[in-house]
Amino acid sequence: MAPELPGVQFEPLAGSVAAWRAAVDAQQWLRAGEDIADRGGRLAALWASDDTDRGAGLCVRALLVSFEGLICLELRMPERDASFPDLSQSFPCADRMQRAVHDLCGARALTPDGDAADPRPWLRHGAWPEDIFPLRRNVAASARWPAQPDAYRFVTVEGDGVHEIPVGPVHAGTIEPGHFRFSVVGERVLRLEERLGYTHKGIEKRFEQMSLADAIRLAGRVSGDSTVAYAWAYAMALESISGAQVSERALRLRALLLERERIANHLGDLGYLGNDAGLAFGLAQFSRLKEDVLRLNARLFGHRYLMDRIVPGGVALDVDPAAIAVLLDEADRIEREVRALRAIYDDHAGLQDRFMTCGRLAPDTAVRLGVVGLAARACGIALDARAHPGYAPYTELQPKVITERAGDVAARVNVRFEELFESLRLERRILRHLPAGERVAPLAVAPEGGFGFGWVEGWRGEVFVALEAGAAGTVRRCHPHDPSWQNWPALEHAILGNIVPDFPLINKSFNLSYAGQDL
Amino acid sequence: MIDLAGVAAQFTELMLAILLAPLLTGWVNQCRAWLQNRSAPGLLQPYRTLNKLFQKEVVLAHGASPLFRIAPYLIFGSLALAAAIVPTLDIDLPLNAAADAIALVGLLALARLFVSLAGMDIGTAFGSLGARREMMVGFLAEPALLMVLFTASLISGSTSLSTIVHTLAHKEFVIYPSMAFAGVAFTMVSLAENARIPIDNPATHLELTMIHEAMVLEYSGRHLAMIEWAASLKLFVYSCMGLALFFPFGIAESGDWLGIVLALPALLLKLAVGGAALALIEMLSAKMRIFRAPEFLGSAFLFAVLAMLVHVLLES
Repeated sequence: MAPELPGVQFEPLAGSVAAWRAAVDAQQWLRAGEDIADRGGRLAALWASDDTDRGAGLCVRALLVSFEGLICLELRMPERDASFPDLSQSFPCADRMQRAVHDLCGARALTPDGDAADPRPWLRHGAWPEDIFPLRRNVAASARWPAQPDAYRFVTVEGDGVHEIPVGPVHAGTIEPGHFRFSVVGERVLRLEERLGYTHKGIEKRFEQMSLADAIRLAGRVSGDSTVAYAWAYAMALESISGAQVSERALRLRALLLERERIANHLGDLGYLGNDAGLAFGLAQFSRLKEDVLRLNARLFGHRYLMDRIVPGGVALDVDPAAIAVLLDEADRIEREVRALRAIYDDHAGLQDRFMTCGRLAPDTAVRLGVVGLAARACGIALDARAHPGYAPYTELQPKVITERAGDVAARVNVRFEELFESLRLERRILRHLPAGERVAPLAVAPEGGFGFGWVEGWRGEVFVALEAGAAGTVRRCHPHDPSWQNWPALEHAILGNIVPDFPLINKSFNLSYAGQDL
Repeated sequence: MIDLAGVAAQFTELMLAILLAPLLTGWVNQCRAWLQNRSAPGLLQPYRTLNKLFQKEVVLAHGASPLFRIAPYLIFGSLALAAAIVPTLDIDLPLNAAADAIALVGLLALARLFVSLAGMDIGTAFGSLGARREMMVGFLAEPALLMVLFTASLISGSTSLSTIVHTLAHKEFVIYPSMAFAGVAFTMVSLAENARIPIDNPATHLELTMIHEAMVLEYSGRHLAMIEWAASLKLFVYSCMGLALFFPFGIAESGDWLGIVLALPALLLKLAVGGAALALIEMLSAKMRIFRAPEFLGSAFLFAVLAMLVHVLLES
C-alpha cells in the first residue's frame, strides 16, 4: 500500500523492503515530515548528493520510516545558496545529519524564518575550509588543505557552583575519539554536550572512486564491529538495483554471520559492562567466550570479524556437516556458560546497585529522539528491522523482539543477555535447516542511475545503505548510515541527573560507534 | 649515647619496607589475575615498571608550580617515615618510640594533602575532581582509623605502637571481641585509603571514575615512579599496621639481630596471606557508586566505635 501525502507522487522501489521514493518541493518536504512524525513515523537517515554534473543541482534526501515502509523524499536545490527546510522540529535527530550535509555538500537547513537551523559544523574540524564542500563533484578526492582554525561554540551552563569538565577526544584508555563537555554541580551532571567527527575519513568520497563490486569491501569497513551488517546492507542495495536473486542458502548463511556478529559483540559488551562497574571477573570470563567465537570464525570462515564474507549476490563461504556440528556444539557451550555468568551478574548486589536506575532513558524521550536498535528496545520500543519490516530470511526465521521497560543500564544489560540467547537459537535453527543452493548468484550489470536501499538490523541497531549506480558499474553515490546518528543524542539525555563517575558505565551500555557516524 | 645497633636495625627495617613494598603490590596483582582466570604478570612487574618510569623523561605541564615537582618526594618521604614507625619486624626500634599512633595518622594525612595539592596544582578538571573525591574519602576514613587505633590503645593503655603491639602479642590466648570489630573497621578503611575496589579502582582507565589516579594523571617519568612507589609503600604500611595490631605473633621484641632475622619469614608469610585476601575481596566486589563511599566509611566508623564500646563494657 503506497503512502498518501497531498500532491506527492510515490514511485515504488524494487528490493526486499517495501520502499517508495518521491520528488518533493520545499513545502511538501516540510509537510511530509510533519505528517509522518504525527503518524508516529521517524527519520531513518538524511543525506545529500551533488548532481550538478547532470545539470540537476544538489539533491537532499530524507529517508522516513512510516508504518507502510520506507519513504525516501528527494528535494532538488540549485547549486548556489542551496538550502532546504529544517526537519529538526519534527525529528530532533535531523540536526546533526543536516549539519553534516552542510559540511560535506554545502546545503543548509533553514528554519521558516530563513535562519540557519544550527550553523555550527559537525564533521568539519578544520581539515578543510568553510567554503569547500568535499562531496561536491568539482572537489578532487586527492585535494588537501592546510589546517583551518577550529572554533566550536559549546552551549555553556552558567550559575553558582557550575563548572565544566572537558573529556577527550584523547582518553586514558585506547578507545575511539570523542569530546564530551560536562556541565556539573559537584558530581551531578546538569548537561552533557558531545562533539564527534574526529574520525572523519571521507568514506563517502572514497566510494565514488570505486566499482560497485569492490565497494562492498569499503562498506564492510565503515564500522569494524558491524562489518557483517554493513556488507549485507550494501549487498542488499546493490542486489535490488541489479535484480539478483540470492539463493535461500546464501541468505541463511548471511543471517548466520549476522547473528554471530551479534553474539560476539554482546559477549564483549557484557564483559566490559561488568568491568566498568569494577567487576573485572566478568570481563575476563566474557572476553574468553568472545575470543572463542572469534577464533572459531577465523577457523571456519577465514576471518575473525567476518570481513568480506558477504559478497554481492551471495556469500564467500560455505559450511559442511562437520562445521555445522562444531558450531552447534559451540552454541550449546556458550549458552550454558552465559547462563551461569548471568546468574552471577544477577545475584551480585554490588553490580546490580550500579546497573539499576543508572542512566535512565524515558520511553517518551526515546520516541521523540528517534532512538533505534538495542537502546530503543531497552525502553520498551519494539524496533527491530529483522521483525519489522522484516527481510529474507528473517521473515521465516521469525526472530523474537526482546524488550525491557526500565530504560536503565540494567535494562540494556538484560536486552543483551536475552538477545544473545535468541541469536543462539536462531543460529541453531539456521544450521539445522540449511537448504541446498548456490553460494553466489550471478549479478546483472547495474543500470546507470539505479537506486537502491539496504536495511539490516545490526547488533547496535538498524544499519542502512543507500546506493546509486553510476556509469559502467561504478558507484555514483553511497551513503552508509549508522544507528549511532540517532542514539548519540539520546546519551546526552540518559546522563542527565546522574553523577559524573557513572558516565563511563552509561556510555558503555549504549556502546555507540564513532567511526560509523564520522564516516 | 646513640644506640648504633638500634639505628642499624631501624635502617635495615626501613630499607626492607621500601624494597619489599612493590613486591607486595606485585603479589596482589598476581593473585587478582589468577582469581580472574587470567595469566598473571610476573611478581617483579612493579619493579620493572618503576625502572621504566625512572628512565623516562619528565613532562611538566606549563602551569606546574614548584609544589608539583617536589610533591612526589614529600609524599614518598612521609610514607617512608610512616613505614619506619609501624613495627614490621621488631618493636624495639628508635623511631617506634619517637612517634605514636596519632603521629602515624598525621603522616598519612600529610601524604594525602600533598597528593591532593599536586592534583589541583595543574588546574585540570580531573586533578580537582580527584582531589575533591580524595578529600571526601579521607575525612571519613581518618576518624575511623583513629578510633581503631584508640581501641588498641585502650587495651594497652598507651598510644605508642610499640607498647600496643607488645601488649597484644603477649596475650596470645586472650581473645578480644573489641579487636574483632576494630579489625572489620580497619579492613574497610584500608580498602578506601589504598584506592582499592570497592571505593576506587587502581586498574581503571576510565578517567571520570578515578579518585587516586585522577590526581596523578599529569605525572610522568621519575615523579610518577615516586608516586607509584609511594602507593606501594602505603599498601605496605597499612598491611603491616593491620598485621601488627591483629596478628602480632612472630614479631621480634628485644631488638637483637637474631630476632629480626627470624621475624622476616613470619612477616612475609603474613603479608602473602593478607595480599591474597585483599585480592579475593577485590575480585568479589564491584566498585560502589561514589556516593555510597560515605555509607561504607560511615559503617567503618560505626564498627570502630562499637569496638571501643565493647572494650569499655566487656573488657575493662
